[in-house]
Amino acid sequence: MVPYLFDRHEFHLCAEGALYWPARRALLIADLHLEKASFFARFGQHLPPYDSLATLDALTRLVERTGAQAIWCLGDSFHDAGGGTRLSGAAFDALQSLSARTDWLWITGNHDVDGSFPVGRVMREADVDGVLLRHEASPHETRPEISGHFHPKWTVRRRGVRVSRRCFVRGGNKLILPAFGALTGGLDAGHEAVRAALGRDEDAAALIPTHDQILHFPLGEIPQRRRA
Amino acid sequence: MVAAAQAGEDALLIASTGAGKTLAGFLASIADLVTHPRDGLHTLYISPLKALTVDIQRNLVQPLEEMGLDLRVETRTGDTPSNRKQRQRVRPPHFLLTTPESLSLLLSHEDSPMLFAGLHSVIIDEVHAFASGKRGDLLSLCLARLQGLAPGLRRVALSATVGEPDRYRRWLSRDGDGRDVRLVQGDPGAPPDIAILTPLGRVPWGGHSGRYAAAQVYDEIRKHRLTLVFCNTRSLAELILQDLWAVNEDNLPIGIHHGSLAVEVRRKAESAIAEGRLRALVCTASLDLGVDWGDVDLVIQMGAPKGASRLVQRIGRANHRLDESSKALVVPGNRFEYLEARAALDAIDEGQLDHELWRPGALDVLAQHIMAVACAAPFEPDAQFAETRRAAPYADLPRSEFDGLIDYIANGGYALSRYDRYQRLRRLPDGRWTVSHPRFIQQHRLNAGIIVEAPMLDVRFQNRRSLGRVEEYFASTLSVGDTFRFSGLALEVLGIREMDLIVRATTKSARIPAYMGARLALTTDLADRVRGFLHDRDQWPRFPPDVAEWLDVQSLRSALPAPEQLLVETFPHEGLHYMVAYSFEGWNAHQSLGMLVTKRMETEGLQPVGFVANDYAIGVYGLKPITDPARLFSPDILESELVEWVRSSHLLKRAFREVAVIGGLVERQHPGKRKSGKQVTFSTDLIYDVLQKYEPDHLLLRAAWEDARTRLVDVARLGDLLQRAGATMLHQVLDRVSPLAVPLMVMIGREQVAQRGSEDELLAEEASLIALAMRVDDPPQSA
Repeated sequence: MVPYLFDRHEFHLCAEGALYWPARRALLIADLHLEKASFFARFGQHLPPYDSLATLDALTRLVERTGAQAIWCLGDSFHDAGGGTRLSGAAFDALQSLSARTDWLWITGNHDVDGSFPVGRVMREADVDGVLLRHEASPHETRPEISGHFHPKWTVRRRGVRVSRRCFVRGGNKLILPAFGALTGGLDAGHEAVRAALGRDEDAAALIPTHDQILHFPLGEIPQRRRA
Repeated sequence: MVAAAQAGEDALLIASTGAGKTLAGFLASIADLVTHPRDGLHTLYISPLKALTVDIQRNLVQPLEEMGLDLRVETRTGDTPSNRKQRQRVRPPHFLLTTPESLSLLLSHEDSPMLFAGLHSVIIDEVHAFASGKRGDLLSLCLARLQGLAPGLRRVALSATVGEPDRYRRWLSRDGDGRDVRLVQGDPGAPPDIAILTPLGRVPWGGHSGRYAAAQVYDEIRKHRLTLVFCNTRSLAELILQDLWAVNEDNLPIGIHHGSLAVEVRRKAESAIAEGRLRALVCTASLDLGVDWGDVDLVIQMGAPKGASRLVQRIGRANHRLDESSKALVVPGNRFEYLEARAALDAIDEGQLDHELWRPGALDVLAQHIMAVACAAPFEPDAQFAETRRAAPYADLPRSEFDGLIDYIANGGYALSRYDRYQRLRRLPDGRWTVSHPRFIQQHRLNAGIIVEAPMLDVRFQNRRSLGRVEEYFASTLSVGDTFRFSGLALEVLGIREMDLIVRATTKSARIPAYMGARLALTTDLADRVRGFLHDRDQWPRFPPDVAEWLDVQSLRSALPAPEQLLVETFPHEGLHYMVAYSFEGWNAHQSLGMLVTKRMETEGLQPVGFVANDYAIGVYGLKPITDPARLFSPDILESELVEWVRSSHLLKRAFREVAVIGGLVERQHPGKRKSGKQVTFSTDLIYDVLQKYEPDHLLLRAAWEDARTRLVDVARLGDLLQRAGATMLHQVLDRVSPLAVPLMVMIGREQVAQRGSEDELLAEEASLIALAMRVDDPPQSA
């Protein structure tokens, strides 16, 4: 975990793809997509039914390591509206036990439907000490803003090896979190959609935390908008 | 052949290309239809190549018309329009020419029992090319099914010359035994006339391309009507074409053909050949099979052939008359390759061809087949199990594995049976299994197939014209501004845009692509012969003087190993300490071994710097001398380092991706569908990670593990090597490099150092490079 300053607040970027806010003792995570596997199972694609457990196990370890007392999920927490009711067994127990220990807040995203959460509080967006938390970055937002939604990842090709990692994206007054869910894929951080969400900031960068530093990858030139 | 047909026996016909064996396969069917004319599907012809079905159709229709026979011959492949496919099921032709995949799809239709009830014969062409692989597994299962629908069905397979006909008889048989399959050996024809080309009277120390001989190869092209120049890799084919054009004073039409080229480009080359417009075609394994294009009178093999069977099959492409010898030249790239070429020629003279690697039938293929069966009609598990075991690759399948497989198809086969509500198969009260929803049938038909391509990128000019496709892996090694050869052009990389590699033609010289792809490894049979040469001085006078001298000095300076010995040399060279082991297990196994041995050197504190491998030997080098090589070759490497390495490497993930698609866990990604703003697909890598963590014994993981072991790492050969290393190692401590080590040593620096940093290091390296480049120093203060 490496300290990172965003709007005068100190955060820690965790290599697992979470953001820790020490002053609030809160873990911020985005795009858990819980029960994604069971969603696809309905259509005959029997993905391993362990994705929710894997995601919540990882979260539990982070809570234990950071001592977080609050968990704020920035939307798309369940893959679909019925996901909350499908969560069961060990994964359900893990969520129960985590929410008993922490103040749990669901910010809702495009995959979420209000009222389908088994535990915790639900909000559309939240303002914490002047930092706006929402699911999808708003290009017109002038206040500091932390969001998810895009599942950004960054790919490096080096010595014939291709390394692809989930990444944070920073641009202007915005910080976008990677997806935290075990089965969630990624979108290249340089993608047009991400650039547009950042308000086309020239200095935007992908951030990858390792155990002892934060690697910066400038997103570079803003691509010309190509005709569809 | 005719005798076997009259007796109604199954038969395996082995003949060299050009002996008219395909038509011989049809003779019995034609004769039967002449004596007993009838409508309905009479004979199925199955080929590994779509193109071949079209070719055979052409060759069959004409003689049938000349005989005045009103027999319908049609093809059915992925290219056949769906209205014709439908019509074929209603009003089938007498002869249907198809591929294993299309046959499997036919069997998934509920009317298939009616369609195949009267089937008289099935003819399988080029069986040597695919019987021992996953497509062979699928076809074997289809045959078992067909036999159930048409008990009188006769099986005929046609093969090029193979090393172990009995294995193919077993594969073809109805019971996995093979004794009931009659073996028919075609007229071998005149023995081929093969020579080794040593243009300068000497053989180079290093290299494996034979590029040095371009001028002599060109002379041969000039002296012949039509020459096929076979190369072992696509990138080599590109380079050879470049070399030939550089000396092409007469402007002879010389073309290129390999599997990465766009279909239109390949078709152009093919028709140019068929119409006699080419004098030479530089090609790769993409031309190993099937379609006969022209009047080839010379085959040239650049570099060592890597296997006697492959050489014979390639030579078979020349001169299709039995009474004349096929003419061929082999151009060895270095001294070991000279020995290998000599070994291949001896093997061919003695009729000793290579042994295939046969392994038990793959579980992902069986899952796909059983789903196809269920799509046609509900099945009874006991009967289906019995039918499955009649397919030779599955003859030893345990019942528990079969039951587990049905569980997998039905609900994913997880220990946590969460998907009972979403079953693809459900059990009927009478015990049969049936598909639980029609959409799963649709899904199956869209996704069935055995060939899972690695992710590919289109190579395009800026105007979007496509030149062909390269593996994403290869593209990922290129940076903007790099130059490489492709489709006979030097190309400069402009960038990667989604699934396109954008290039422009350039006059800059192309650097050799580091891309090696899946290399053909030296077969064990040839390796044994080369080992024999080293030890048997009586053979040496047959070799060029410099090769004989090379071996002679080696025996003085170090040693030449006996056939069962593993020679290991250690010596210092230019400040580093080297260890070279002459293990002859092929490039794939050596590549794996290099990774493992350097890993172990790290733990032993020997500070490895890198390694280099070819088909014959592996060399590792580091900062400290290796005094006890046996410690590095201990068999426990297989349990510890290997398992860890395979698990963490991309090999297993790649294998998992394949079994997940074939086994129907995830849907095939159809070309043309691209990722857009919002991610909608999921990566099999993520599925792999989750499954590996929570259910490591899952059937698909076991299947992926099997694949990775046999195909990707050649673990069997590695295991053999390590098992005998301890007892047979002959360690020579030298003060400097030995003659035998030179072909390997000259490769160092040309190959990438495969020692890899951790992912974090690679990321950090890239980031710090950017930081360095982008740092703007304060302007110097003026005095």
